[in-house]
Amino acid sequence: MRAFRKPAAILALLACLAFLLVAPQLFKPYGVFILSIWAVMTVAAIGLNLTLGYAGQVSLAQAAFVGVGAYITAWMTTHGWPFWTTYVLAFFVCFAVGWVLGYPALRVQHHYLAFVTLAFNTLLYLVFRNEEWLTNGIYGISNIPRPSVLGWSMNHPHNLYYFLLVHLVLISAATWLLIQSPWGRAFVAVRENPIRALSLGVDTRRYTLMAFAIGAGIGGLSGSLYAVLVQFIDPTPFALGATPTGSLSLLLMVVVGGSGYFFGPFLGAVVAVLLPEWLRFAQGYYLMAYAIFVIGLMVYCPTGLLGLLDRMFSGKKKPSTEIESPAKTAAEVAR
Amino acid sequence: MKTVMEVRNIRKQFGGIVAVDDVSFDVREGEILGIIGPNGSGKSTLFNCILGQLQPTSGDVHLEGRKVTGIRPCDLNKLGVSRTFQLLQVFPQLTVRENLILAGQEHKGTMMRRLFGPRDAGLTGGANKMIEFFRLGHLADEKASGLSYGQQKLLDAAMAFMAGPRLVLLDEPAGGVNLTMLQSLRDRLKAMNTEQGATFVVIEHNMEFVMALCTRIVVLAEGRLIAEGDPATVRKNPKVIEAYLGH
Repeated sequence: MRAFRKPAAILALLACLAFLLVAPQLFKPYGVFILSIWAVMTVAAIGLNLTLGYAGQVSLAQAAFVGVGAYITAWMTTHGWPFWTTYVLAFFVCFAVGWVLGYPALRVQHHYLAFVTLAFNTLLYLVFRNEEWLTNGIYGISNIPRPSVLGWSMNHPHNLYYFLLVHLVLISAATWLLIQSPWGRAFVAVRENPIRALSLGVDTRRYTLMAFAIGAGIGGLSGSLYAVLVQFIDPTPFALGATPTGSLSLLLMVVVGGSGYFFGPFLGAVVAVLLPEWLRFAQGYYLMAYAIFVIGLMVYCPTGLLGLLDRMFSGKKKPSTEIESPAKTAAEVAR
Repeated sequence: MKTVMEVRNIRKQFGGIVAVDDVSFDVREGEILGIIGPNGSGKSTLFNCILGQLQPTSGDVHLEGRKVTGIRPCDLNKLGVSRTFQLLQVFPQLTVRENLILAGQEHKGTMMRRLFGPRDAGLTGGANKMIEFFRLGHLADEKASGLSYGQQKLLDAAMAFMAGPRLVLLDEPAGGVNLTMLQSLRDRLKAMNTEQGATFVVIEHNMEFVMALCTRIVVLAEGRLIAEGDPATVRKNPKVIEAYLGH
């Protein structure tokens, strides 16, 4: 069973990619828009998965970083700056703010850290809403221009969709390289056993801050793309919950998809962004169905959808034999 | 014989309780120093003070002449002091080889090199050697969570050696390990000592293990150092007998 896992995973991945490439031909404009939202929210969830899934730091502030990125791009592009400048700036500003937010994580963990980050998200939400001179308050910033790349205007929804898809692919590739590097190993070590990691020379302080900062930076990129996609920014989407872009929803994406699995956020974003659309026929009941699904998943498989797949494909493990047989051989060697 | 580490008048107080009371000793190059004592005699607290996990109330630790009291454990580790913990501490979601690479990666190059350099930080060869040395070859690509307790204990010890430390502090390496594995562990530690000249400090309850492994022993009781010497002498010391057996 195990030997088939890798080729099967690669095949599934290629199939998904092929689907994403032909999708604009299959859907109406609204469907393409929803897929575009999916791509943008996946980027945000990838950032959170780095902080939460790999480095084990609970954050309820990811939407705030998406908001910072979105406002940077919205304000600057409407004031004549080119998109790319604002895109890079969104990353670095969020990186810096994320770094600072990481400091509480050096002192508190788990639920307490969730509260600290929650407070931070609320704080930034209030800034977005009340600092009218900068953000235009509840009226928001509208008419955000879309960039053009090599003469291709992003005003066409298909072009825009492919533009976002390319960003998603590039950002996930960069994240993949990051978690495959020794840094990724150090992140996992910080998550699994910070005290032991520290005793092995792993500077847990620096890696924790890095995990926060990079996760936030990716959130900023996502926000920047979000501004370009929806062309109108107001404070509401960057609050805690209620919208697919809220912090709780982003947390849900990571956890439902499979926290600490590379493709978890992709799947989680499908559940959080696409499922409500498909369940629209159920009207008011869809939230109930959705809630029951999520509760069920968390009860039976706390490691998320990919954790479930993982369990199915590795078959029913017989832990006794798997652990004992090597032990026996080791004992033989020792003799 | 050269002194690797000097522990000078370490004292640790928790409120009104004195857990470690004015303990001093030297660790000499190439020796296996045992620290023994009844439960609650302050062995682990002493370890934690030496290793920067706890800040001692007073006293100093010097590593080859350099004062290292209270520096962060990761920095102390980079200076060549590594440790194992009383309770088993491996990274269950990483494979055996990755556990070992992790244990070495922070000792090589810069943060930037670790980000953009090779995935294994050039340590696969070293990790494989360590895997061979600790006879874990058939398990190299297994997740650590799939290993038996004794094998994880071996891995735990192997990780402490991965970066080629000058001094290794082992906190109850034999705890909970079955007899076969115990022999294998003792055998490996001895080999590390004679073949590679590694210096050890070992906290242990298992008397047989200590007597067979250690070249010198210090004895703690109620936070104080009550005896010091080679295993045979210490065993006969009336103070030690009293501490272990009571009046």
